[in-house]
Amino acid sequence: MKILVCISNVPDTTTKISFTPDNKELNTAGVQFVINPYDEYALTRAIELKESQGGTVTVLNVGLADTEANIRKALAIGADDAIRVNAKPTDAFFVAQQIAQYAKEGGYDLILMGKESVDYNGFQVHGMVAELLGWPAIVPAIKLDVTGTTATLEREIEGGKEIMQVNLPLVASAQQPMSEPRIPNMRGIMTARTKPLNVVEPISSDVKTKTEAYTLPEKKSGVKLIDPANAGELITLLRNEAKVI
Amino acid sequence: MSVLVFIECADGKVKKSSFEAACYGQQVAASLGTEIVAIAIGEVATEELKSLGKYGAAKVLVDEEPRLKDYVSQAYTKVVAAAAEKENASVIILSNTNIGSGIGARLAARLQACYAANVVALPEISGDTLKVKKSVFSGKAFAEENLSASTKIIAIKKNSIEVKETGSGEAAIETFTTALTDADLNGVPQETVRATGDVLLTEADIVVSGGRGMRGPENWHLIEDLAKALGAATACSKPVADVGWRPHHEHVGQTGITISPNLYIAVGISGAIQHLAGVNSSKVIVVINKDPEAPFFKAADYGIVGDIFEVVPKLIEEAKALAK
Ligand SMILES: Cc1cc2nc3c(=O)[nH]c(=O)nc-3n(C[C@H](O)[C@H](O)[C@H](O)COP(=O)(O)OP(=O)(O)OC[C@H]3O[C@@H](n4cnc5c(N)ncnc54)[C@H](O)[C@@H]3O)c2cc1C
Repeated sequence: MKILVCISNVPDTTTKISFTPDNKELNTAGVQFVINPYDEYALTRAIELKESQGGTVTVLNVGLADTEANIRKALAIGADDAIRVNAKPTDAFFVAQQIAQYAKEGGYDLILMGKESVDYNGFQVHGMVAELLGWPAIVPAIKLDVTGTTATLEREIEGGKEIMQVNLPLVASAQQPMSEPRIPNMRGIMTARTKPLNVVEPISSDVKTKTEAYTLPEKKSGVKLIDPANAGELITLLRNEAKVI
Repeated sequence: MSVLVFIECADGKVKKSSFEAACYGQQVAASLGTEIVAIAIGEVATEELKSLGKYGAAKVLVDEEPRLKDYVSQAYTKVVAAAAEKENASVIILSNTNIGSGIGARLAARLQACYAANVVALPEISGDTLKVKKSVFSGKAFAEENLSASTKIIAIKKNSIEVKETGSGEAAIETFTTALTDADLNGVPQETVRATGDVLLTEADIVVSGGRGMRGPENWHLIEDLAKALGAATACSKPVADVGWRPHHEHVGQTGITISPNLYIAVGISGAIQHLAGVNSSKVIVVINKDPEAPFFKAADYGIVGDIFEVVPKLIEEAKALAK
């Protein structure tokens, strides 16, 4: 089985977000970038599938050279090889086109990625890739198994889940509890250095969307504390003052 | 030209988030000087669909193909795309749900459209361009984007728009069919497992949520009873779902579900930045925690510094009294 795992490079989840003075770009000074947490679930599940039934796991990232540290981390966790499409990931459609193009040539059975990136929260690259390839997309998947050319998946729905069997090839996006992310060990880190990381140039693509400006939410005015001895007063305030119940 | 609104249904009923989408569509259509048409897929009560007329929909297209009873991404996208073509839609509105945004993404690729997800406000319109505001960085910021392609797709975030009746009319119902292939139907769910009787978390206006401070699943009746008294859904923090006290579909936060209810009550949750990321766009936040230094108090509107096991029973009592 040939599996392609797409990873994005996002600010660490504890990052305090700020922007450049013209409000057009994220201020990356001092920001630590990590593999998108949802993508880690996808990556780990892909490696587990490879370990149990053979095959290969290729990781793909659309990004500039500064993402290579995280690509190497994915290799250290257990991917076999990696592709970096050498471009700034300007918007979701651009990224999806690069992935679809590469996947078309690569003959993959399965494309796995996270359900969304924790930076732009688009929840859309998987759907776009699947549509460009004419494949089904199971989003968000909380369980994934493969037997032969059939995948058995669980998809999370509001208040429950659906169970389905889908013929490969397909795109699935990961959400917990699909897998338990792994921490790379020393051996993994050493071998990652020798695994292939190929850099390819992007195909040309139109950019559909462009952010004109970023803004931060208004600051909260501060918490109103209620004496625990009169906790019931909270309910009255929620009804009469905040008018939410 | 028209504005097309995709209507999501559950148990034969139109979801509240779809009424929001209809109201959003109605206001966009009014600014553009055009009409809204709705498209619904699967089995929905006709009366429910007709009621969309009150929110501006002149017409509702309904595809009742039995194999589309449950969501299948390729087939649903095909149906919505066909409806958009038939109605010559320049704007397509969906809800920012798993289904709505799943279709939105596919449609964007299919129709070469501009797509904005997580949109939180009505657009500014100038000529053929819509400027939208969307939530990014897990609710820590907003981005403004110009949509200028001939087809624009907008997925709106829950509770970003007020549901208001704008008329009293009934929408006309029109049967709609689209030819589907086996490939389109690859991925039809075989089985659905649902927690019954609960208020759906993603649809809820009020959410009561518990964290590690609850100490164990045996205490969850406090969360459930308070939720019941308030007509709320229940949720939890990540470690609670990780250890299995609660199911994963209740886990809110950066790696869980993002919600934006009118009221979020956090009980025994510290308010780590990753938890906040999933709930920070709630209109009113209440925090109950015995530690006055818990970071969640900084994001809260109301707070009680106290022990869950003393405070929550009082709240339940008061909420019950109020409900009477
Ligand atoms: C990549 C990444 C992603 C993450 N994603 C998420 C996510 O999506 N959602 C999420 O929730 N977390 C997420 N986390 C974890 C997050 O950082 C916190 O660890 C988690 O939110 C803490 O959960 P908690 O508040 O329930 O537990 P704790 O931090 O242990 O807090 C429990 C609180 O309960 C209070 N308490 C205890 N007993 C009582 C009592 N008797 N009365 C009143 N108060 C009491 C304590 O004072 C404390 O503040 C993520 C972490 C990482 C690294």
